[in-house]
Formats: sequence, structure tokens, C-alpha cells
Amino acid sequence: MNVQPVLSVRGLDTRFATGDGVVHAVDHVSFDLMAGEVLGIVGESGSGKSVTALSVMKLVVCPPGQVSAGEITLDGEDILHIDEAQARRIRGSRIAMIFQDPMKSLNPVLTIGRQLTEVIAEHLGLDSQASRQRAIELLSAVGIPRAETRLGDYPHQFSGGMRQRVMIAIALSCDPRVLIADEATTALDVTIQAQIIDLVKRLADERDTAVIWISHDLGVVAGICDRVAVMYAGRIVEMGTVRDLFHRPSHGYTLGLLASTPRLDDAEDRRLQPIDGMPPNLTGPMSLCPFLPRCVHAIDTCHEKPPEWRQVADGHGTRCWADLGRYWRDGDP
Amino acid sequence: MAEPQSLKLPADAGTQLVFRSGVYLASQQFMRNYAALVGFVILFLFCLAAVLAEWLSPYDPTLLKLSVKLQPPSLSHWMGTDFFGRDIFTRVIWGGRVSLLVALMVVFYSVMVGVPIGLLSGFIGGKLDNVLMRVMDAFLTFPPLLLAVAIVGLMGPDLKNVVIALAIVQVPVFARIVRSSTLSAREEVYIVAARALGASPFRIVFSGILRNIVSPIVVQITIVFAGAIVAEASLSFLGLGSQPPDPSWGRDLSDARRYMSDAPWLLIGPILAIMMCVLSINFIGDGLRDSLDPRTWRARTAKKDQIMVPEGVGTSA
Repeated sequence: MNVQPVLSVRGLDTRFATGDGVVHAVDHVSFDLMAGEVLGIVGESGSGKSVTALSVMKLVVCPPGQVSAGEITLDGEDILHIDEAQARRIRGSRIAMIFQDPMKSLNPVLTIGRQLTEVIAEHLGLDSQASRQRAIELLSAVGIPRAETRLGDYPHQFSGGMRQRVMIAIALSCDPRVLIADEATTALDVTIQAQIIDLVKRLADERDTAVIWISHDLGVVAGICDRVAVMYAGRIVEMGTVRDLFHRPSHGYTLGLLASTPRLDDAEDRRLQPIDGMPPNLTGPMSLCPFLPRCVHAIDTCHEKPPEWRQVADGHGTRCWADLGRYWRDGDP
Repeated sequence: MAEPQSLKLPADAGTQLVFRSGVYLASQQFMRNYAALVGFVILFLFCLAAVLAEWLSPYDPTLLKLSVKLQPPSLSHWMGTDFFGRDIFTRVIWGGRVSLLVALMVVFYSVMVGVPIGLLSGFIGGKLDNVLMRVMDAFLTFPPLLLAVAIVGLMGPDLKNVVIALAIVQVPVFARIVRSSTLSAREEVYIVAARALGASPFRIVFSGILRNIVSPIVVQITIVFAGAIVAEASLSFLGLGSQPPDPSWGRDLSDARRYMSDAPWLLIGPILAIMMCVLSINFIGDGLRDSLDPRTWRARTAKKDQIMVPEGVGTSA
């Protein structure tokens, strides 16, 4: 494994100025992404998953948004403090992104061939014949049959799953180092979802592309990711391997998420437990753990000082004071 | 019948589609709309007549021949003759040249100025948007024809001034339509997706936004075009447009009005010309709106024996 991470995010702060005050949408988020690795980011709506992705892409709309602090490096190169023209060269070629709704993320009035070749021509500087050739190869690679004949089709002539395949083809057209999939399968039905996940996994593997997989679906994340970061209220509250997180959850929120998710190996009479309460208001600084008001595992320390990042095991960290070892599944490492 | 066939169609049938451009597909859609097609043919004939007026018209449009004044329609004068013995049919043909040219210029200038203003305003937003739109609002507060009358009154009755006056009135209309369409197009996911793929602002505006708001613009163009014909006729009717003895539908109407009780047929030619022109343009507008948007194609083509790969074929891969 490479020593240097492909993408490194350090202390990222993204804020939005709103009428009610400054919203800390992303609060001191740090993570590293290795080549070929799939990192999952999970959390509920408004937890800062998408804003984190947009911050990495430098697509936070300013105003009202602003990346106010932190460092983002791609292959050791600062990509946060660069101008728009440089950012444009990176977007699509070295970091690409696919979005939640494949029905809406393709331009409806351009043929998909045009949309593919535009990106290829812009970033790789290929002529139209070579771009076309590459577009055909890409469409075949993402499993679109008779790719050559479909270049002239418009997005509405494709189904949702096929459109997401086209989006993936576009995103991978320039062999990016990092692919960000923001809820990429949420709008698709389960079978298509499984196909898309397999596809992304396979392609990322073949091309050694690192993937950030953003989802609120723990099942999907378990299926595709190597490591998972759990976000709550704009912070990463726990991060570890999929195994760590599912078998040895070390944050009250992760535990709550797991308890509220159905599993195939559940006992028949297990009831799903919702997490009571609402996510906190993100305006203004928070002195204690943001999950504290909803946490059923809180101990005295939680009410005294804000949680610090601590290692539970190698590569498994949490921002929680409570010892949740009694909930861990037996027999697992 | 159509469905099993299209399912069976092998790759070579689809290959044909690939080389058919969007323009081809759009025009095919347009042809299916009979009203639009008829409108197009009529307008085409009007344009042809205007261009070829020298050769098509049986008489000289301005030659006075008092011996045949105020004649009812006959074989030699299809629409009769006016008070000076000029052939109405000839004057309608020549009048079309003025009316269509003025309308075309009005559309051209108002699009050239209005669309960029709307795009800038909608895409950049902020203070620029505010300033531009308030200026446009100011123009919109004037009743359009009155503003045109005022402008022509100031600058003198001349066709050039009529064009300028009518275009100034239409600029804010285009600006507003383009702005509002831009505002909604700007927020589409595919625009964000295009930015995430490194598209330049230039490309986002042109292939992302402009391409998607073509249909409201085209529809507005047809409305303005039709409106400009009527407005030019109105100005000429009031004596502010083309000057005698130049033929013009509005002027001829105004002349005919004086002999309405003695020679009502004088009205028929110009009125018919204006009506048919405006009506056919409106039909064309409807047809264009439907045919320019690929999203509306499927619904129509599905019924016909169009070569289209049904959705979902091959998703199993």
C-alpha cells in the first residue's frame, strides 16, 4: 500500500452564512484516502456528508458557503487554495463525482455521446475521433450494450440504472484518482443498486481509483466500503473499518444507527430502535458532544467536557467518552 | 406491431440513428405537426413572395393609374384597385417585404440584446441582476406601442426607427424570459454535475443553460415576430411607419379605411395578409416548442413506427 494517501483532508471547516447565523456544516473533518480504497461516509440528512464532498470538489457555492479552514491535498498537492481555473482542471480529470439522481444529472438536450466526448476532449485533449472511440470503450466498460449505437441517444432514452452507468462512465472517463459517489444508488431500486455497486467496485479496483461513497444506507456501505466514517452534526464521530464499525461500534450514534437498521441475521422478534430526538441546530459553537441530547449511553464525563478523538484500536477511532464494549458482537476481532 | 419489431431490430438499424443529428430528429418531429407544417408553408410562401416581389407582382406597386381606381376584385385585379388605381394584390406582395423585414429585424435585435442580458442577469445574479432587471422593468412600465410611438415621434417616421422602437420594447421581454429560465436551469443537478466534471462557465452557459432554454426563447421569438408584424402595421396605420407611396399592410389598411363604405374589398388583402402571417407564425411557434425538446419526442414517436430502442433493453448486463 502506498505510504502517501491520495486524498488527505485535515481539519476541514465549511460554513454557511444564513439568516439565523453561521451554520457549521462541516466541522473539523479529517480523513485520509489511500489509492484503491473505498471510504464510506454515512450519516443522516444534514450531517455534512455532501458538503464535505462539495468542499473537496471546491464546489461550495460562495456566498453563502465558505470553506473557512483546513487543508485538502491530492497526491500531496494543495487543492484547496487554488484558483477556479486550476480547480476546473482537477474536477472531472483527477477527482470526479457522481450524484444522487441519475434522472437529473445528465443534460437532457445533449446526446450522451456529446456529454462524454466533451469531458474527454476537454481534459485529455483528444481529437473527436479518439474521444468517440474512448467514449465507446467507456460505455462498454460500464455495461451498456451496443455502446456505439447509443452514443447518439438522449438521456431520456435510458432507464435510471443505465443513466447512472453513463454518469459513471463520464466520471471515470479521465481515470480520476478519486471518485466521489454522493448517494449514487439511493434513487435506484435494489437490484440495480447492487449492480451499480458491483460496477463501481470493479472499476475502482481495475483502475486503482479511490472512492468516497456517501450514503445513509448502512447496508450499502457495508457492501462496498473498506473503511467507514460516521458523520453527525458536521463532524466525523467514528471512523474505522467496516468490521470495526459493525461489530465493535464505539460511538453512541453509530450504535443507535445500527440498532435502527434491520439486518438479515436479526432474531425474528428484534425490534428496531429509532434514535429519539432531532439533530442539533448547527448554528453557533458546540461545547459538548452534539449527540449528547439524544444519547442513551451518555456517562458523566459527557456532560463535563467535549469528547476527544481517541483510538479504540489500530485504525479505529471515535469521538465518544462512553465505553460501549458491552454491545460488541462476540467472537469478532 | 411496432414494439416487437423494434425489439428485434439489430444494431445496424440503430446505427442509422446515430448519424442522424438532433436537427434532423427535431425537424422530423416538426413535420408531424400538421398545423405547424401548414403554417410553415404559408410563411414560406409569404417570404418567397416578398423576396421575389419584382417578378411575381403583376403591376407596379406605386404607379398611379386613375382610370382603374377603386375597382372591385376581377381577373385582372385579384384584390381590386385602390383610390389611385394601384393593384392591391401587388401592394400586398410588396407590403409583405416591408412587414416581414421589419419583423425579422425586430426579432434579431431584441434577441441579440435581450438574451445576453437575461443570461448574464440569471447566471451571475447578485447586484448585476438587480441593476439589469430594474432597467428592464423601467422599459416594461411603458405601454409598448406608446413607447414605440414616442420613439418614432422623436426620431422621425422611418422604417429604421420603427425597427429600433419595436426592438427596444421587446428587449426586456426576452431578458426577463431568459433570466427566469436561466435561474431555474442554473439549479439543475446536471449543471452542478457539469461543474463537477470541470466544465468552464462558458460551456455551462452555452451547452448547459442556453441549450435547455431554447424552447421558451423560440416560442417568444414567434410571439415577438407576430407581434412585430402587427405593431409595424399599427405604426404604419398611424402614419408613423413606412411612408407613402411605399406599400405596407398597415398603411394600405389606413388608406382603405377611408373608402370602407364604397370599396370594402380594399381591406381584404392587407387584413388577410396580416392574419395569415400572424396565424401561421403562431402555429410554427407551437410546433417548434414541441419539436425542440427531446424530452417530448418519445411520447410522440412511441405511437409511430419510429426506430427507437425501448427503454431498459439490455439493462441485464
